[in-house]
Amino acid sequence: MAIRRKLFAGLAVVLSGMLSFAVQASADLNMRPGVTETSVEAYDLHMAVIWVMTIIAVVVFGLMFYSIFAHRKSKNPTPATFSHSTTVEIIWTAIPIIILIGLSIPAVKLLVKMESWDKVEPDLEIQVTGHQWKWEYKYLDHDISFFSNLKTPREQIDNLEGKVGETKGENYLLEVDNELVLPANKNVIFHLTSKDVIHSWWVPEIAVKKDAIPGFINSTWTNVPKEGTYRGQCTELCGKDHGFMPVVVKVVSESEFAAYIEKKKAEKVAAEKAAAEAAARSWDMEQLMTLGKETYEAKCAACHMVNGEGMPPTFPALKGSKVATGPVEGHIDIVVNGKAGTAMAAYGAQLSDAEIAAIITYERNAWGNETGDKVQPADIQAFKAGN
Amino acid sequence: MADHHPTGIKRWLFTTNHKDIGSMYLWFSFIMFFIGGAMAMVIRAELYQPGLQFVEPNFFNQMTTMHGLIMVFGAVMPSMVGLANWLIPMQIGAPDMALPRMNNWSFWILPFAFTLLLSSLFMEGGAPNFGWTFYAPLSTTYGPPSTDFFILGVHMMGISSIMGAINVIVTVFNMRAPGMTLMKMPLFVWTWVITAFLLIMVMPVLAGAVTMMLTDRHFGTSFFDAAGGGDPVMFQHIFWFFGHPEVYIMILPAFGVASEIIPAFARKKLFGYASMVYATASIALLSFIVWAHHMFTVGMPLAGELFFMIATMLIAVPTGVKVFNWVATMWKGSMTFETPMLFAIAFVILFTIGGFSGVMLAMAPVDFQYHDTYFVVAHFHYVLFPGAIFGTTAAVYYWLPKWTGKMYNEKMGKIHFWWSMIAVNLTFFPMHFSGLAGMPRRIPDYNMMFADFNQLASIGAFALGLSQLFFLFIVIKTIRSGKKSEDKPWDGATGLEWDKLPCPAPYHTFDTPPKVD
Ligand code: HEC
Ligand code: HEM
Ligand SMILES: [Cu+2]
Ligand SMILES: [Cu+2]
Repeated sequence: MAIRRKLFAGLAVVLSGMLSFAVQASADLNMRPGVTETSVEAYDLHMAVIWVMTIIAVVVFGLMFYSIFAHRKSKNPTPATFSHSTTVEIIWTAIPIIILIGLSIPAVKLLVKMESWDKVEPDLEIQVTGHQWKWEYKYLDHDISFFSNLKTPREQIDNLEGKVGETKGENYLLEVDNELVLPANKNVIFHLTSKDVIHSWWVPEIAVKKDAIPGFINSTWTNVPKEGTYRGQCTELCGKDHGFMPVVVKVVSESEFAAYIEKKKAEKVAAEKAAAEAAARSWDMEQLMTLGKETYEAKCAACHMVNGEGMPPTFPALKGSKVATGPVEGHIDIVVNGKAGTAMAAYGAQLSDAEIAAIITYERNAWGNETGDKVQPADIQAFKAGN
Repeated sequence: MADHHPTGIKRWLFTTNHKDIGSMYLWFSFIMFFIGGAMAMVIRAELYQPGLQFVEPNFFNQMTTMHGLIMVFGAVMPSMVGLANWLIPMQIGAPDMALPRMNNWSFWILPFAFTLLLSSLFMEGGAPNFGWTFYAPLSTTYGPPSTDFFILGVHMMGISSIMGAINVIVTVFNMRAPGMTLMKMPLFVWTWVITAFLLIMVMPVLAGAVTMMLTDRHFGTSFFDAAGGGDPVMFQHIFWFFGHPEVYIMILPAFGVASEIIPAFARKKLFGYASMVYATASIALLSFIVWAHHMFTVGMPLAGELFFMIATMLIAVPTGVKVFNWVATMWKGSMTFETPMLFAIAFVILFTIGGFSGVMLAMAPVDFQYHDTYFVVAHFHYVLFPGAIFGTTAAVYYWLPKWTGKMYNEKMGKIHFWWSMIAVNLTFFPMHFSGLAGMPRRIPDYNMMFADFNQLASIGAFALGLSQLFFLFIVIKTIRSGKKSEDKPWDGATGLEWDKLPCPAPYHTFDTPPKVD
């Protein structure tokens, strides 16, 4: 029996260890209530079920442990002989039904509220498009759209900056280059879709999780009363970098939001002008290669890898590829128009002509693809015009 | 004469004996359990710390996918069929399964199916990487070339399961000993018959799903491609129409095991036999109308969401009845706690914890927060590991003397139990917290705020992996040098296999049917 006592002691140590650990980490132990009306209600419902379940557990397991203690052979050498009781069985069928009805009433109410996006008066509509592996946001009322890419540097992910943890920032994997900016206290409707596979857009703090499905549009809504930055992630497995496409929403005051929209509009005009200028002039090899490398590593390396070797056969190598060393036309075509039904997206509208020209030049001259070809922004313009 | 059997490799290749086939199923499942477990170790090693340490994201996805597929189709399902083969004929007083040749075939398909599936790890482009749920279009348009091998593999294991199920049904309905009426059958037999009906209903649906995938991939159809008029969400409906009953296929036989073991060690009849049968049947029926609770975020109409939410919550009622019946069986019994009983009690407690999180997940508006996070991973591991796996483990300890004529070492069994019990909770309980804190499932890297719980889970996982190796050691030791078992090692055990047969059970049993009164 000594061994049993030791085991119990061991178990006690482990359990108390877990418990003290749990208390220490209690901030991260539970769902956060979040900041919207619906997220708080979801949290309340979550807590309500937890308590109901805990009470049931205490009663059922309590009886069971009592029985384990009191009805062991050493204490109770002759077993009872009863083997059913209609009354008891009816009671313990009825009680759970009542409890479940009690739980389902608030659940139904909240569900109806969360799903009634078409009954709220919209102040702002956003189209959210999932791509492998980034989100695209479009302000439907303002003709502004942009991509939101993971900002965490590769070195942190690959643990290249010294010891693990030391260099990982607070928002490791939950930071992006362009956040989605929303005004506080406004009804925002989201329309979600996808360009490739199914993704799912989740921000825990506002309790919005909805799938982005290719070829379909799913809608949902929120109204965030509190300014702040809220972080979430894609929650539907969407391929290799599913873990690396965070969602960041920044909620600002109404006036800040107006200023933000103005700024974005101005940026758009400036970018168009700069692109036109860039396209008009002729670039030398070095300029093309520098911009090309930079843009390639940001936009293309997730699939084709930094060394151009890809991950065949899923993502083809560009190093020595027929397209990247063959006729320029074909190379421009696949980058501008993509290839339907594959992970290769159309970059014609995502990148400027100068960037596309630079990437293509880079691909045709890097990794031993010494074609010597120089592609100018004007070539891209001409291709698009003739397309 | 009774114990004559062929020897050597031919015995195993050509055998039509339910005991041989049962053993092969069990060993096969044990091997798959370790292969799938090794993959879980890769996953947990990568998740031990934030950052990418050991594997690339794409390989990580292959590991989660193969781990899930192998555990579900290779470890749990065959283990249940193995138990059915060994036990059903003995428990109903039949000489063998009704269709012995088909029995041989349904087993021998499996090694080929899984060789096919596992070989995809070595193919160009790697193994399937789209999760065990293989949602389109990630698995169709975007799937690696090895997806076709996966499809063929699924077809093969589906055929095997259907044949196994047919065999159980035919056996039970035609070969019961005189006097063994339906309502006298042991609960293990009952739960298996119901499971067999589930299998026959849903495995063809799975076959349909993978066939549609195949034609979408290669023959120009677009069942799941919106560009051709199809719908990727339809894939999910079809998959989960199979998938939800599938989870009951994995757990119902374990319910049956618990309903045999708890009365034996409480030395008291099972409480509420009839309500146990009806509860099992209602769970099975309800399992056909709850599938879309896995899909609350896909954008179903509100009415659909309400229906699936309510239907799912309803399943808690018959499940509760079962748990209460087990507790009532223990009540005022005269209990001892040998290893099978310990595993059976742990099964009841931990499965019930999985049931609690199941009710939470059923509530659609809150499920929006839980869905596809580690909370779900915690939930289904509570019902699968301490559920299905502990159920099988309890069965192995309980019937090992019947199968081998040898008794396992009780002290080692207890060590195995406590070791697994602590490790399983250390592994899977923290996953509730990382899920609630916001960690999505199927990711190879995570923010620092999830680090503590992941580290804890990984430590638990390594301990759990080792505990299962210890189990293997115990089983082998018992077979090779275990003490000879008495004919009835458990004084509280009832049923034909204990009352009418010695330990070990001879190669051929019940050539003349026993009389049941
Ligand atoms: C999400 C993954 C992904 C990203 C990001 C991506 N590609 Fe691709 N790319 C592919 C796939 C898949 C193919 C193969 C298409 C096919 O089946 O022909 C491909 C093909 C190509 C080809 C033709 C290669 C050949 O030999 O057939 C070129 C050139 C190319 N991509 C350039 C780019 C450029 C430039 C970028 C960045 C602006 C980029 N890709 C970004 C997935 C990607
Ligand atoms: C040592 C034991 C085990 C450990 C440590 C373990 C660990 C894990 C982890 C960490 C995941 C989540 C992967 C992710 O989402 O990123 C997972 C997924 C899964 N596990 Fe296990 N597991 C174990 C045993 C089992 C058993 C016994 C079963 C089944 C009977 C099982 C079935 C599954 C399934 C179905 C998935 C989902 C796969 C997917 O996401 O497609 N696991 N496991
Ligand atoms: Cu994703
Ligand atoms: Cu389900």
